[in-house]
Amino acid sequence: MSEIERHEYDVVVIGAGGAGLRAAIEAHALGAKTAIVCKSLLGKAHTVMAEGGIAAALGNVWPEDNWQVHFRDTMRGGKLLNNWRMAQLHAQEAPDRVLELEEWGALFDRTKDGLILQRDFGGHRYARLAHVGDRTGLEMIRTLQNTAVAKDIDVFMECTLRHLLTDGERVSGAIGYWRQSGKLITFSAKAVVLATGGVGKAWRVTSNSWEYTGDGIAMAIEAGADLIDMEMTQFHPTGMVWPPSVRGLLVTEGVRGDGGTLRNKSGERFMFRYIPEFFRADTADTEKEADAWYEDKRNNRRTPDLLPRDEVARAINSEVKAGRGTEHGGVFLDIATRRPAEYIRRRLPSMYHQFKELADVDITKQQMEIGPTLHYIMGGIRVDPDTEATTVPGLYAAGEVAAGMHGANRLGGNSLSDLLVFGRRAGEAAAAYSKRAGAPKIDEAQLAAFGQGLEAPFQKGGDENPYAIHSELQDTMQELVGIIRRRDELEEALVRLERLRARAARARVTGSRVYNPGWHLALDLDNLIGVSEAVTRSALVREESRGGHTREDFPKTDPEWGTKNVVIRKRDGHLVLATEPIAKVPAELRALLGDDKPTGEAATGTKTPVAAGDD
Amino acid sequence: MTDVQVWVWRGDASGGDFMPYKVAADEGMVVLDVVHRIQAENAPDLAVRWNCKAGKCGSCSAEINGHPKLMCMTRMNEFPAGEHITISPVKTFPVVKDLVTDVSFNYEKAKTIPPFKPKPKDSDGKRRMYQEDIDRVQEFHKCIECFLCQDVCHVIRDHDENKQSFSGPRFFVRLAALEMHPLDTNERIDLIRAKHGLGFCNITKCCTEVCPEDIHITDNAIIPLKERVVSAHYDPIAWALRRMRGKKDEFVPPEPKPPSA
Repeated sequence: MSEIERHEYDVVVIGAGGAGLRAAIEAHALGAKTAIVCKSLLGKAHTVMAEGGIAAALGNVWPEDNWQVHFRDTMRGGKLLNNWRMAQLHAQEAPDRVLELEEWGALFDRTKDGLILQRDFGGHRYARLAHVGDRTGLEMIRTLQNTAVAKDIDVFMECTLRHLLTDGERVSGAIGYWRQSGKLITFSAKAVVLATGGVGKAWRVTSNSWEYTGDGIAMAIEAGADLIDMEMTQFHPTGMVWPPSVRGLLVTEGVRGDGGTLRNKSGERFMFRYIPEFFRADTADTEKEADAWYEDKRNNRRTPDLLPRDEVARAINSEVKAGRGTEHGGVFLDIATRRPAEYIRRRLPSMYHQFKELADVDITKQQMEIGPTLHYIMGGIRVDPDTEATTVPGLYAAGEVAAGMHGANRLGGNSLSDLLVFGRRAGEAAAAYSKRAGAPKIDEAQLAAFGQGLEAPFQKGGDENPYAIHSELQDTMQELVGIIRRRDELEEALVRLERLRARAARARVTGSRVYNPGWHLALDLDNLIGVSEAVTRSALVREESRGGHTREDFPKTDPEWGTKNVVIRKRDGHLVLATEPIAKVPAELRALLGDDKPTGEAATGTKTPVAAGDD
Repeated sequence: MTDVQVWVWRGDASGGDFMPYKVAADEGMVVLDVVHRIQAENAPDLAVRWNCKAGKCGSCSAEINGHPKLMCMTRMNEFPAGEHITISPVKTFPVVKDLVTDVSFNYEKAKTIPPFKPKPKDSDGKRRMYQEDIDRVQEFHKCIECFLCQDVCHVIRDHDENKQSFSGPRFFVRLAALEMHPLDTNERIDLIRAKHGLGFCNITKCCTEVCPEDIHITDNAIIPLKERVVSAHYDPIAWALRRMRGKKDEFVPPEPKPPSA
């Protein structure tokens, strides 16, 4: 191994999206010597792409909104698989976290009374999302970035951390490389906070950027942490589908929140055929009532266009499979019919811009063509709900990389609030741990082995193109571990993943170590393939359909499975899967959720869709 | 399927040249798609920054036929068939490799901006601001930090020596956002003149023209800031008051820090 640059911190935060920045701000405020390490330039993390808003029961638009209703919506949206304590903390603390952003300079759109305006989103009973047009994530990340810079927190940009170091059971730091110079770098840390996001780049059609390679999940399981709910992946119903170069690009749920309607190729508003029993009481069942809801939300039920994302994505998938999709394999999303051009441009400026520039579509006049896109993973690292501590001492996780909060399906807007609520808690707990823990010992042999592994692709003289392997991985996950899954396809996926893993070990790297994306991708492939395997194995184990996991061979939601998490650990280099009971919701919170359970049959698109989940 | 040919600048700080690449064309393709295809098929070590591929993150700034643009928002069909298309790194910042430049100048300047400092809350503990009062600041908050305005600004594009005393349009937008924020109470005007070099700008509007977010940088940020500097600094009463208060606004540079890149 070549010479290695060394640093020492109390708390190292990996990732500089909303969760990482919020965690670092908290840890720093509590006196911990804190570093932020991120793969991209500061301010470019995935949070910047969030569009529609931050869910928080501020009650500015609907005074009757409160944390209890937000808790209920989150749990029901997650098909009751959520960690109830996380859902409770999230609902209780989200308003404070949003108001705190305002104290740090964020400027949300306003109500007539000068308070923070809130917009409608899928699965939220009340208009609840604080927002800035359709660029809420930009406002949030810039506010947090400026705050972190003002507090003089050390930032290591374009620096990829690839392995956690361990000292016995506990975490002791991390090792990786500078993207610019290609030189190795290591951190000794009393505590590490993982805030690295998800793994969307394992799929072909995704709204995620190159950064989403599952780094944190892979690092955590390697260091001994538990993963849960890895089968729970979210396909956002509305990604762009045409032209090919933009396929998967996110179209905010705010389009539907602000009046957009889904139609199939014959113009039918098909969502009325896909209202599941679980949401029937809250959902308009006629076009007349749905239309009336936009004007009078108090006396009408919500349009089924705003059902939770899993329901809408499956419905679109079924329509397309039944031959009722558009020319390019999507459905139509139309806001021009209901809203005037000026309103659309003001409320959805970046959607207007995106379609106009990239698809030659004027959304103030024309329909958008949209379809499902892999957007988020509800599963991830198992954490303690109050402290975000993983099962490895000194290791914390917050944001998308952590699991539990969203159960089987995340509601739109609940991610940005998740980042803030649990980012702060993780930073607080990591700082506290760093105060009571002694300095960790760096295992030099472990460090050297990891370092040699990072440099190995240059020395191996491989014969496989890493870009080609990545592309085949994306096809594999898209075709075999997509919205609708079944045993034989999942098993086939495992076979293909094994082959890809063998090929990835022979990845060919050329050129120097300076800013070499081919080398970076060759190293990322391990994480992508490893986490894909975890998703696929979990999906095989859960023999039911719930939220983001739909099995064609087990289309029903099974109450028995509603009491279990699929847990994954790595033991002796292999993934070991188990099911473990989820924490029981205490009686006083249980009462908020209603008596009914998610039941029924998921629309898998293999038969003519009837009112799905109607039984 | 037809092919597209582009000339990509390959090299590093020691020099480089445009190299021709030919790849298959797709409908709706943007320049960044072409660069990705070149990476995948011809040049796996071709260095390029990108993230969102949707004009929201400001990572993929480059010069396309010499024009500062986001690669993800530049469609290939903008160019007439057969046009010689070049892609080169932004010129204002030192090249690291290929299309990637060292933009740390911007992150260092960001550290010198006095932060947001809000006034007390309303008596009921709430914050009230009206949409019409924040519209102009929200325009500035649209900035995606692509630094194309910095690239095109002739004060620093051809004059490295000005970088010390000039922060560039991106930071005038940032300073204007803070100065016009309805809740902010911090003082920056003297600093804007003395340390950020607002006076260097002679309002040629090059920055406004290249802004992918259509922020009216010159008209809405720079000119109003210039007016504030003039009235604060050259107004005799303000001048006298400042003298009476002593050198309160004097700029203190932050302590130099280790490697925060």
